[in-house]
Amino acid sequence: MILTEFKPIEEILERLKEEKVVFIMGCGGCPEGANTGGMEVLNDMKTKLEENGIKVSGVIEIDFLCQKALIRSRLKPRKQEIEAADSVLVFSCGLGVQASSAVIDKVCHPALNTITFGGITGMWQGTERCDTCGNCILDLTGGICPYTACPKKLENGPCAGQGNDMCETDPQRDCGWVLIYKSLKRLGQLDRLMQFIPPRDYRKILPSSELRKTRLWALDEEEAE
Amino acid sequence: MNTGKKYLSKLEKSLDEGKFAITCEIGPPKGADQEEIREAAEYLKGIADGINVTDLQSSVMRLGSLATCTLLKQWGYEPVFQMTTRDRNRLALQSDLISAYTMGIRNVLAITGDYTTVGDHPQAEPVYDLDSVQLLWTMKTLEEGKDLSGNDLTAAPKFFKGAVVNPGADTEAAYELQIIKMKKKIEQGAQFFQTQAIFDAEVFKRFMDRLEKEKIDVPVLAGVILLKSKGMANYMNKFVPGVFVPGPLIEKMDTTGDKVATCIEIASGLINEVKPYCSGTHIQALGWEKHIPAVFANIK
Repeated sequence: MILTEFKPIEEILERLKEEKVVFIMGCGGCPEGANTGGMEVLNDMKTKLEENGIKVSGVIEIDFLCQKALIRSRLKPRKQEIEAADSVLVFSCGLGVQASSAVIDKVCHPALNTITFGGITGMWQGTERCDTCGNCILDLTGGICPYTACPKKLENGPCAGQGNDMCETDPQRDCGWVLIYKSLKRLGQLDRLMQFIPPRDYRKILPSSELRKTRLWALDEEEAE
Repeated sequence: MNTGKKYLSKLEKSLDEGKFAITCEIGPPKGADQEEIREAAEYLKGIADGINVTDLQSSVMRLGSLATCTLLKQWGYEPVFQMTTRDRNRLALQSDLISAYTMGIRNVLAITGDYTTVGDHPQAEPVYDLDSVQLLWTMKTLEEGKDLSGNDLTAAPKFFKGAVVNPGADTEAAYELQIIKMKKKIEQGAQFFQTQAIFDAEVFKRFMDRLEKEKIDVPVLAGVILLKSKGMANYMNKFVPGVFVPGPLIEKMDTTGDKVATCIEIASGLINEVKPYCSGTHIQALGWEKHIPAVFANIK
């Protein structure tokens, strides 16, 4: 199971501050097990957003958000709700946010931080890769992860090493930042590239000792009192 | 005219006073021999406002930029300390910045650095704890008397901060990203830029026009590499992204009877062409430092 935790509500509201209408999407896979998903969690967020003056055009849970074909088919009947929204708030691991971003023409904000994959990479093996950094910024980068798409893990734009939009480390590999540029251009969000992203907090990569004492971390560990 | 303004470095002064500034790049040797550096520096005496020292260029292990800059400073030259974020995490980067300041080094050039696999230690861990924009932000933070965790410094360093931009990015996305990143670098404190090597003055002029349109008004030093041979030109066209040597120049190097004279002629010609459009030039002699005086003898 992929372990995720809630982003602080303050962080979510900060990232949604430009939005008036939001569509909420949850993954019915791992987050349900990690207590960061399920309809109750999604509806709870709906209430919180509405209390803060943000309208919610719809709420949906999909098994699994790591599979793009499934997201496409399940969202087909909900097209109007998505179109009515300024952005989408996604309750899933980084793979789900990336896969959602790839098939939805709206910014997908991560509602969760991904802490660890516990040995697996999504229920569905796709092209998306998550670094389980615990500090998800996929909505600032067009749904492309700068930590896994760029070998240098650059956060504020590319190096000058790319040629013909390919990476300096491998001419067969797309430049991650060109992908980010193209994705943000598609979303009409190129101005997001001007936002300075401070260095990431590597402490967030380490799961907390509280978490390591629970069954979420290992089934054979005693649940802490 | 003496405006009474205090400058951190000769380079800052030259740029501020609108003089055509010259920086020359030297690469430290692979080993502990200092003579090579001393010799290269002597050729640049009286020409360069700053001697720009590469930081494990092309990810090849060698004598460090900080030590080389310190030597140059001791010998009476003005160094530009290149700093990549490839090999050090934020503790080491901050510490080396403070160290550089205590050694009298004031010009610092923030760059990301080539990936580890292109160099002679391809097995090494690529660090990149910070990127070049964050390194500029780090300098700004240290100048405010704080480290990146908000702790007070006993005394704050102060730097003349530079960065790099590539006017020859080869696709729309890559070009736009260069402009965006340049703006971010300025926002985080970049005070001058040096460019990736240019060979086509038109490409450079178009870039400078774009900067004018964007109202970007930071001094830009045009990057010039001494073209030593046809083989070098072909190699760069094939392997160095963002660098394009036009056919006529390659032809010129191929047919010349005097490679050195032609090399000097090309470099001088290029500098004369771009001079009206920029604040200075950054020269990479790649071992041909002894020919730099001849290049500048021809500058109008």
